[in-house]
Amino acid sequence: MLTLAHFLTLGAILFSLSIAGIFINRKNIIILLMCIELMLLAVNMNFVAFSRFLGNLDGQIFVFFILTVAAAEAGIGLAILVVLFRNRQTINVAELDDLKG
Amino acid sequence: MIVQELIFYAFSLVMVFAAVAVITVRNPVYAVLFLVLAFFSAAAIWMLLEAEFLAIILVVVYVGAVMVLFLFVVMMLDINLVPLKEGFIRYLPVAAIVAVAMAIELLMVLWSRGRFGVDMFPVPPPHSADYSNTRELGELLYSNYLLPFEVAGVVLLVAIIAAVALTLRTRPGIKVQNPSVQVRTRRDASVRLVKMKSEKPRGA
Repeated sequence: MLTLAHFLTLGAILFSLSIAGIFINRKNIIILLMCIELMLLAVNMNFVAFSRFLGNLDGQIFVFFILTVAAAEAGIGLAILVVLFRNRQTINVAELDDLKG
Repeated sequence: MIVQELIFYAFSLVMVFAAVAVITVRNPVYAVLFLVLAFFSAAAIWMLLEAEFLAIILVVVYVGAVMVLFLFVVMMLDINLVPLKEGFIRYLPVAAIVAVAMAIELLMVLWSRGRFGVDMFPVPPPHSADYSNTRELGELLYSNYLLPFEVAGVVLLVAIIAAVALTLRTRPGIKVQNPSVQVRTRRDASVRLVKMKSEKPRGA
């Protein structure tokens, strides 16, 4: 029988994987953005699961807004990435140290 | 019931596999495609949770728009991949330790004393066939959550303007029309009236 814990476990595994992704891909901004998307997906999974098992639709409304904000974030993030690449010809995080004091 | 479990485990396996692939593959294009696979599996699992509207939205809006935008950007940038992967092996142990520790902590909370098991959260009966998830969400969204809904629209508008303003560039040395100057022009700028005596025809 599928209980709430099953879905929360899936979300937890997904979240941990994206944390690991942020650690091992710390040079590549594109993969970092993708890891953030994966994290948001894990959180959304928890929201939907709770919404189902509590019989309360507010969780799904919250997922709706998270998707909106994530879309805006991805759009602006990729725009910044394009400008960055145009100016520096690199997206390596290690080379972006202009603000270092 | 057993069919549901089979579906859940199948799509969960695909999803976890896709997530592992996203963070380990060398080529960012493949990473985006695996991310799409992960989103598809998540949509299937949300269907299982009777969140049909969000599942469709995830596929249509997220995979159809946001992931395609990712794909566009990844393919547009001509990235040198070699320096981006250095440190992969070096940070792998730290990443594994942190991720495993975090996963164990979360699972300990989840599975201890059946805190989120059947006793505390009994499995709700499935909705009837004429239940419309979209209708319920819409009624909630346009009544209790009207203001947040409008604010979400403003957030998207700001995102559009910000993205356009960030990536817009004017290249020097290109001849372009300036409509406002064209419209504002006066007769004096292009026509000069000269007073002179009329000449007589030579034969007369």
